[in-house]
Amino acid sequence: MSSYNELIKNFEKIRAYMREFYVYGFKSREEYDRKSARSYDDERRRMESWLGDHMSFVRTPEGKNTFISIDSRVSRHNPFYKAFKAKSFTDGDITLHFILFDILYSPEINLSLPEILERIDGYLSGFRHPMVFDESTVRKKLKEYIGQGMIDCEKVGRKMLYRRADDPKLPDITDALNFYSEGAPCGVIGSFLLDKEEDKPDYFSFKHHYITSAMDSSVLAMLFTAMRRKCVITVSNMSRRADEPRENRIIPLRIFISVQNGRQYLLAYQPDFDAVKSFRIDYLSDVRLLKPTPRFDELRAELDDMQTKMWGVTAGKNRRGKERIEHVEFTVRIGSGEEHIVRRLEREKRTGRVERLDEHTCRFTADVYDTGEMLPWIRTFICRITELHFSNRMVEKRFRRDLEEMYRMYGISEAEK
Amino acid sequence: MIFNEIYSAYYNAVAKIITEIINEKTEEKDLNRIVCENAFGESSLTVLPSLKNEKWQLVRSDMTTPIVHKPTMPLTGTQKQWLKAISLDPRIQLFGAEINGLDDVEPLFTAADYVVYDRYSDGDPYEDEGYIARFRTILAALKEKQPLKIRAVNRKGRLISMTVMPVRLEYSEKDDKFRLLSTGCRYGRTVNLARMVSCEVGSASGFRPWPPAEPVKKSVTLRIRDERNTLERCMLHFAHFEKQAERIDKSHYTVRIQYSKDDETEMVIRILSFGPTVEVTEPDDFRNLITERLQRQKSCELS
Repeated sequence: MSSYNELIKNFEKIRAYMREFYVYGFKSREEYDRKSARSYDDERRRMESWLGDHMSFVRTPEGKNTFISIDSRVSRHNPFYKAFKAKSFTDGDITLHFILFDILYSPEINLSLPEILERIDGYLSGFRHPMVFDESTVRKKLKEYIGQGMIDCEKVGRKMLYRRADDPKLPDITDALNFYSEGAPCGVIGSFLLDKEEDKPDYFSFKHHYITSAMDSSVLAMLFTAMRRKCVITVSNMSRRADEPRENRIIPLRIFISVQNGRQYLLAYQPDFDAVKSFRIDYLSDVRLLKPTPRFDELRAELDDMQTKMWGVTAGKNRRGKERIEHVEFTVRIGSGEEHIVRRLEREKRTGRVERLDEHTCRFTADVYDTGEMLPWIRTFICRITELHFSNRMVEKRFRRDLEEMYRMYGISEAEK
Repeated sequence: MIFNEIYSAYYNAVAKIITEIINEKTEEKDLNRIVCENAFGESSLTVLPSLKNEKWQLVRSDMTTPIVHKPTMPLTGTQKQWLKAISLDPRIQLFGAEINGLDDVEPLFTAADYVVYDRYSDGDPYEDEGYIARFRTILAALKEKQPLKIRAVNRKGRLISMTVMPVRLEYSEKDDKFRLLSTGCRYGRTVNLARMVSCEVGSASGFRPWPPAEPVKKSVTLRIRDERNTLERCMLHFAHFEKQAERIDKSHYTVRIQYSKDDETEMVIRILSFGPTVEVTEPDDFRNLITERLQRQKSCELS
């Protein structure tokens, strides 16, 4: 039986647990049936160790429920980043890391592998039972660091020389790092940079800040890399409608981020369906980059065009390349002193249009692939909608039926039969 | 790529411990404090013992180290790529720090690679020189703990003046706006930066700072009917609040959400957006806000 370790080798396992604990948080230990009880206990203990006060417990008749509760407006730095700083390593890894960068402490120092090996032995000679690193281990570690961009190598004559990579001369960017580590995609990388800084006060806080996406940073970074290289990828997709993840071969085109519902999507071309589809990034894992594709620019231009007809993430062209556009229009009543409603419509209209019909009425119209995506937004105008028409009668019917149900739910008398 | 031990909290803690030892500071309690500050709750059980028993051969038994220089690590390619990406963001100008030396580096992403599709369109003017200057003045005042004399246009379009003590800058991702949170003035608790006409550092003498006003917290309890994936949508939608959820039966759940009183109207419309699968059960005054909107909707005689 392996003993508990605060560090982890596999991020995917903890990614799933953190999401369950943070987003839902009502499951008892017994319900985590996919994993063993031991595994549950270990993951919970790790999260307690990383997240401390953010972990809470509640006793219910079903058992003890563990959940993570964080007001992201108060928490200055995303606590989930800690999971990315908990990668396990071997005793040799950490020893070699510090010794190598001490030997190559300046970019001016160029050394061959035998020279590095000799110096490593010198570092270890003062220990009671000195570790021994063979040539292949050190070469492998140097290669790994070359891949990470931290070490450069150059062949001089027959010898391969290794040196520390140059760092750009950066001014004090602590404020920018404090901001972008929370406000930019893959902000965890900014958090890694902040870890190297001396502690300095932070003057920023964030509202409407979905910290959950931090857990998807590795996947997101791979998708960005694939897009920069215009690559085809394979990716594993765990759809909520399927029991097992499915591997997809796709061309990633653009990331769609929501700041209103906390989701991030990948819009990608799926050759099997000859269509652009959306994929929830929190359901994706195991991104593998394949070859660059000459079709990337053409497909992205097509997505640019589609975006003028998208409300959310539904890109709609069928297999024959035909588009089905749905129309929606609704009017809202603007009371005296309610000009903020007009401003709301203007700033929230996305691809739609807003017309002022008279002093007290505004009309919103839009032509998009999927008017169903607009329903939540249209409901935010409940209390002032005077007219409403959808070309998709099913969507309109759903809106009206839901409204009737809400009247009943809140005891609005005329709706009661 | 990102999940790698070179970024680990343990490596950071060890780098700082070695620095202390190089500086001949070897007090165990100080070294343990470094572990507590840089790593996790249970790391003290591992980090110092692993160094002291020479499992990690970086510190000898006499608490000396063979490491000669203060440990540093060059930036990784991924870090450079991310820095390059943020250097291309228009908001970077606010910080007055040019990130140079990355000419040969490909950005991790550019504006063409992602879109925030539901962000409001009237975000702050990040390229306006006056806005940039006011942002920097505020940031400097925050650092120096100096009061600010601000003139701003209020919601009614009137020009108002105030002197405030800045507390912090809050950025809303949905609104794409910065707000100054402050104390010391009755209408100055939250001021949108884009509404400011002028902002200058005031004199600290004679300024009587008020105690910071804590935001009034309220809570609302929702009953979720898990149809159309509402449970997942709702829990994720409200994920950024403090909240607690409970299962009632196979398809019904309750969730209690803590929110700031200032955001009550926003909470009302966010809850309305879910339609009939999310119902406010308590408190009554919040439920009444929903009921009142529905009554007004009923009176619209929707055609």
